[in-house]
Amino acid sequence: MTLSLKPNDSPPEKLQPTGWLKYLSFSLDHKVIGLQYLVCGFLFYLIGGSLAGAIRVELTSPLSDFMPREVYNQVLTLHGTIMIFLWIVPVVNGAFGNYLIPFYVGARDMAFPRLNAVAFWLIPPSGLMLITSYFINGAAQSGWTAYPPLSITTPAAGQIIWILSVLLLGGSSIFGGINFIATILKLRRPGLRLMQLPMYCWAMLGTSILVVLSTPVLAGTLILLSFDIVAHTGFFNPSLGGNVIVYQHLFWFYSHPAVYIMVLPAFGLVSEILPIHSRKPLFGYTTMVFSIMGIVVLGLVVWAHHMFTSGTPPWMRLFFTIATAFIAVPTGIKFFNWVATLWGGKISLNGAMLFSCGFIINFVLGGITGVALAQVPFDVHVHDTYFVVAHFHYIVYGGSVFVIFSSIYHWFPKFTGKMLNENLGRFHFIITFIGFNLCFAPQHWLGLNGMPRRVAEYDPQFQLINQISSVGALLMALSTLPFLWNIFQSILYGDDAGNNPWDALTPEWLTSSPPPVENWEGDAPLVVEPYGYGEKHSIETEAQKK
Amino acid sequence: MPKLSAIITLATSLILGIGGVWIAYNVDMLPVSASMNAPVYDELYRVLFIIGSILFIGMTALVIYSLVHFRRKPGETGDGIDLEGNISLEIFWTAIPAIVVLFVGLYSYDIYDRMGGMQPLMHDHTSHIESQSERIWGGIGSGPIETSSPNNSSSLPIELTAMQFAFIFHYPKGDIVSGELHVPVGKEISLKMESKDVIHAFWVPQFRLKQDVIPGQPTILNFTPTKTGNFPIVCAELCGPYHGGMRSNVIVDEQEDFDTWLKENTKETI
Repeated sequence: MTLSLKPNDSPPEKLQPTGWLKYLSFSLDHKVIGLQYLVCGFLFYLIGGSLAGAIRVELTSPLSDFMPREVYNQVLTLHGTIMIFLWIVPVVNGAFGNYLIPFYVGARDMAFPRLNAVAFWLIPPSGLMLITSYFINGAAQSGWTAYPPLSITTPAAGQIIWILSVLLLGGSSIFGGINFIATILKLRRPGLRLMQLPMYCWAMLGTSILVVLSTPVLAGTLILLSFDIVAHTGFFNPSLGGNVIVYQHLFWFYSHPAVYIMVLPAFGLVSEILPIHSRKPLFGYTTMVFSIMGIVVLGLVVWAHHMFTSGTPPWMRLFFTIATAFIAVPTGIKFFNWVATLWGGKISLNGAMLFSCGFIINFVLGGITGVALAQVPFDVHVHDTYFVVAHFHYIVYGGSVFVIFSSIYHWFPKFTGKMLNENLGRFHFIITFIGFNLCFAPQHWLGLNGMPRRVAEYDPQFQLINQISSVGALLMALSTLPFLWNIFQSILYGDDAGNNPWDALTPEWLTSSPPPVENWEGDAPLVVEPYGYGEKHSIETEAQKK
Repeated sequence: MPKLSAIITLATSLILGIGGVWIAYNVDMLPVSASMNAPVYDELYRVLFIIGSILFIGMTALVIYSLVHFRRKPGETGDGIDLEGNISLEIFWTAIPAIVVLFVGLYSYDIYDRMGGMQPLMHDHTSHIESQSERIWGGIGSGPIETSSPNNSSSLPIELTAMQFAFIFHYPKGDIVSGELHVPVGKEISLKMESKDVIHAFWVPQFRLKQDVIPGQPTILNFTPTKTGNFPIVCAELCGPYHGGMRSNVIVDEQEDFDTWLKENTKETI
């Protein structure tokens, strides 16, 4: 039986299990599925983080002495794969997308609730499969990029399980993308126009277009790679006449847009959080929308900047340099607009706001090193070094993960009906921010001075800086503790949040916390000015109170 | 008042600009430069560092200033100002990054050209290359393909074979096989690279050069060492368990010392 909803339809009552057990069920409620994504993603984040910890322990000494070399390569492969495919992508898209998008468009659920549940339930088995492959003959050890011929010559079992797992996760991602596009375009409440949607809807629309266009290419590539491994075909195997560079083009055709799949939704979430906590309208709504779409278009034509040191002809290097550098323009607009949103506000320095501002600072640095890396002559020195490692952690951790924490602080009252402890939140932010920068800022220097990435052993002159970096990683690990304590403490004993603790205007706050299954009792509210904060708004609320 | 704020803005931008230049000239984060390529690279690096420092410090300062200055004071109620956008401001900060990016792009194109990156393009369409059974790719810094032919006296041809987990250098002149790369200072080296198994990468940080060594696809990398000494060769592409240990050395000698080494190691013909 297929199930799809029209605007104002309610999901069938009998399909909704109740009580906490619903979070372990094949629930069709978009809010349950959103939280399933969030908690599942966070569990994988803890696993991926432990693997990162193991890497940082290994690198405190220049010799390979903490774990066997093969295991080290498995650990770095699993770390990358888990963090991308099981933590950031599912959480910034699946978790917040499922929870918020139906509210924002004024619908009672996603367009295809059953497909939505299928998309989520593909994730836990593929994640477990990936991790257990370590115990069956060892996990994949060719990095998350799985470049042939290395991925063809390393032990086959782990690599095949990795491919299957990534294929399933990619499938989940495509289902989600189709669902978001359909929901945003077709399930909007009558009377709500596209240019009145909250910015996160635009971010998710752009992201979903990228997901639907590029993920199938990765799937096809990995299927060909699996043929090379099990059936000894020669697509990417040079000894059978294959071409290894073709794999890189196909792989990065998905995997560069994947970066935008991780950061565009984060951009959207920040655009929701900043106006509310600085009590001001979002600055430059229209330019924000156009810059998202600009990033989507440019994001599809920059992939070969990952291949400047591979065999690429000069014209290609030039084209991809220019295209990549130009992404800085729409991205820059967004950052200036966010700072302008803060300007003249009445800013609450709470967990949500601090993590969002931490994101701006970190991401600006990541963006600057990104423009530098786009320049071929600069890239040929630092490509595949710790400079790149630092750069992309500034983008995906300093960017996306900071936004995930910010969003948890912001929407926790809606999810649970309880407030988080803001003092613990500020403490969590300070430790995370210091730990993160201590861990990754020194790695720029390591890369410039000659330390390649993905190594278990290195030149002893780099030991001190590596140890500093590892101390930063330790702080990052410890910063999880106040966060978890805060979550559990608040769920059990937190202050009652009420419906709208932030005095926000977007539709998810115009209902009870947590919201009822049908999202609103009665009709969905029509919010045509999602960012109508400012003096006008405070005068209106004053008048209402009187 | 507007006059005062304009002066403050101007003064802050000036301080920021000077600060950025000062940082780029006083924070030295690069290793020694030891090839013809390296000073050109360092020039680009410095320009990028200046622009990057100005942008980063400026943005960070703006965010911190806003957080401190516009924070909600205790007991304060109500919202911030009604400001939904400002077209001229938005055009301004679309144009500024666009101009900066365009400048950086053109400048790095110039650098790329000076490093010799555009040269293979001119030879791409000659029948000379198409007639070859194998297509040879040029790494950055590669000169015209012809210089790679052994009978050209202007550059020293050396062949590099990479395998798990070693670099093997072969000198056609003298038929020498070596695990370390010996080169004379000031002479152009033409390194023809190919991999036996998986993808490796040849990287000498002091030369600011890196090129993947790819199975089934020979690649030429040309460079001219300018400083004598001993520099590391590092594999920069994950190639298996011992990837981190896949290192070697390039020994840059004076021409006479190099000639002696060449003579000592040349296989005697019986």
